[in-house]
Amino acid sequence: MKHWNFRLKLGVVILLVFAVLGFVLPIFHTGNVTEWNTYPNNLKPSMEHFLGTNSLGQDIFWLLCSSIQNSFLIGLFVAVLATAIGVLVGLAAGLQGGIADRIIMLLADTFIVIPSLPILILLGSLTKGTASLFLIGGVLVVFNWPWPARQVRSMSLTIRESDFISTARFSGESTFRILYKEIFPFVKDWSIGNFINTVLVAIGAESGLAVIGMSSNSNATLGTMIYWANQHQAMLGGKWLWIGAPVVAICLIFIGLFLFMTGQQQYSALRRGK
Amino acid sequence: MKFLKFLGSRLVTYVFVIVLGMTAVFFIPRFMPSDPVEAMLGQMMSKSNSMEPAAVDAMRQTLNENFGLEGTLAEQYLGYMQRVIFTQDFGPSLTMYPVPVKDLIATSLPWTMGLLGVSTLISWLIGNGIGLLAGIKKDKAYSKVLEGVAICIYPIPYYIFALMLIMVFAYIIPIFPLSANFNVSGFSWENLKTIVWNSILPALSLILTGTGWWVISMTTLSRNTNEEDFVAFARMKGFKERTVITRYILPNTVLPQITMLALQIGTIFNGALITEILFNYPGIGSLIYRGILQADYNLIMGTITISIFAVATATLVVDLIYPFIDPRVRYN
Repeated sequence: MKHWNFRLKLGVVILLVFAVLGFVLPIFHTGNVTEWNTYPNNLKPSMEHFLGTNSLGQDIFWLLCSSIQNSFLIGLFVAVLATAIGVLVGLAAGLQGGIADRIIMLLADTFIVIPSLPILILLGSLTKGTASLFLIGGVLVVFNWPWPARQVRSMSLTIRESDFISTARFSGESTFRILYKEIFPFVKDWSIGNFINTVLVAIGAESGLAVIGMSSNSNATLGTMIYWANQHQAMLGGKWLWIGAPVVAICLIFIGLFLFMTGQQQYSALRRGK
Repeated sequence: MKFLKFLGSRLVTYVFVIVLGMTAVFFIPRFMPSDPVEAMLGQMMSKSNSMEPAAVDAMRQTLNENFGLEGTLAEQYLGYMQRVIFTQDFGPSLTMYPVPVKDLIATSLPWTMGLLGVSTLISWLIGNGIGLLAGIKKDKAYSKVLEGVAICIYPIPYYIFALMLIMVFAYIIPIFPLSANFNVSGFSWENLKTIVWNSILPALSLILTGTGWWVISMTTLSRNTNEEDFVAFARMKGFKERTVITRYILPNTVLPQITMLALQIGTIFNGALITEILFNYPGIGSLIYRGILQADYNLIMGTITISIFAVATATLVVDLIYPFIDPRVRYN
């Protein structure tokens, strides 16, 4: 804690607040947050409804909490899978070399260049906004593994040639042990940064898709919350809390993730220097 | 020789991107549980309940033909690839029949390219300018403020900025129209003024987020370059600060920023799509959206294929030009 820089501290604080909002508070709430007409429409904020209710009769605060939760779950789901696949594929390609390496990198380059949003929009349009969050998460994984794969590959290419790896190999260590004990520590710090960035990218992509009604409209995510508010003219009706709450939440979450990411990089750079 | 090898490897990736992208666009609709033709027929029949079975069959046949849904999957696939690659023929738009999708795309593409081109250029220039300043004068208070603002702006997605701009400048302080109006034909100063006025908000949302990234990366780059020995040496030689910046720091920091620009084309394009939809801007993004709302599959396939093609081509062009700009990069 002592050596944490300002960015890391601020980032962690922001993310903790949202973790509480998204994962702790919903435990105390029963009932379906997305159901219409649970409460009277358009109530002003009060002790009972912290952010009031919207014109669909949903409680904005609890809707927001559950949206934060779902958005984070998508981000984490995509980041865990994409980072794991990317790191493994990258290590394998870098250590194996040859034709397998060529093919994997050609695939990775291809996915880096293909704009993912049009493909996601195509999927969303075919399922008419009823795609499961898993499907959308799955497609996002497909588009996000190449970044870590490329980076980890070039790292492992450098490391492969270094003396301590040869030493380990000649002393009869198994390939797996070399990977795990000797190479992974180098890749780890970078992977944490990449992981956070993928969370950010995935939440951003799903929300963007949801804002135009191409995600999973019946599930509460930050993007679908904006979508429904827009669909019911929240701006025209001056219902700023309804549309403003998810917008502010997205801004703060992204700033928090970004601060955490850059702070963590500074932190580990300093630690390496010691 | 080396150049040819470099060109070859880039072209292989380019072709691969386009083929894979088109393959995805071809197969994704076919793996979906619902048949678009049946869905459309169902929609039509629910609107007019007096359709004869023979008429429905005839319509099914026409729709299948128009969608290129006849023959085996392999035949359909080859036919589709052939049509698109050699004649850029995506068939007629189904909702604006018989206008070819190709024509609709041709009228929308300049709008998207104009908006993207102008806003990318502006944000690149402003962002790098601010970044350079903040990097060189790193101890000044304003540098820290500028960097802080950039850090808060950069991670926020384009469409959130678009929404915030709409809220503030169209609802709370109604300076700009609620819904943009680009219905102008022909060229006149009056029309140009309308177009520019209506494009300000969408462009601003793209510029704001774009600028954030350039400020952050340029600040780091120029700060590091500023501490290099050759810069210190130039200062000791007694060059003016201006010369040190333009001759020593700038060339070494601008080049990586051009690479980044190439890598970001796809991301910027993604952002532009949603921004266009939110602002009713008459580009490719809105065209895709219109296709989706009206279940016009030819239009959707056409616009998405063109998007992939445009992004891949832009990336390739920047990639190929780059070694000519940066003497340190050799083709490898």
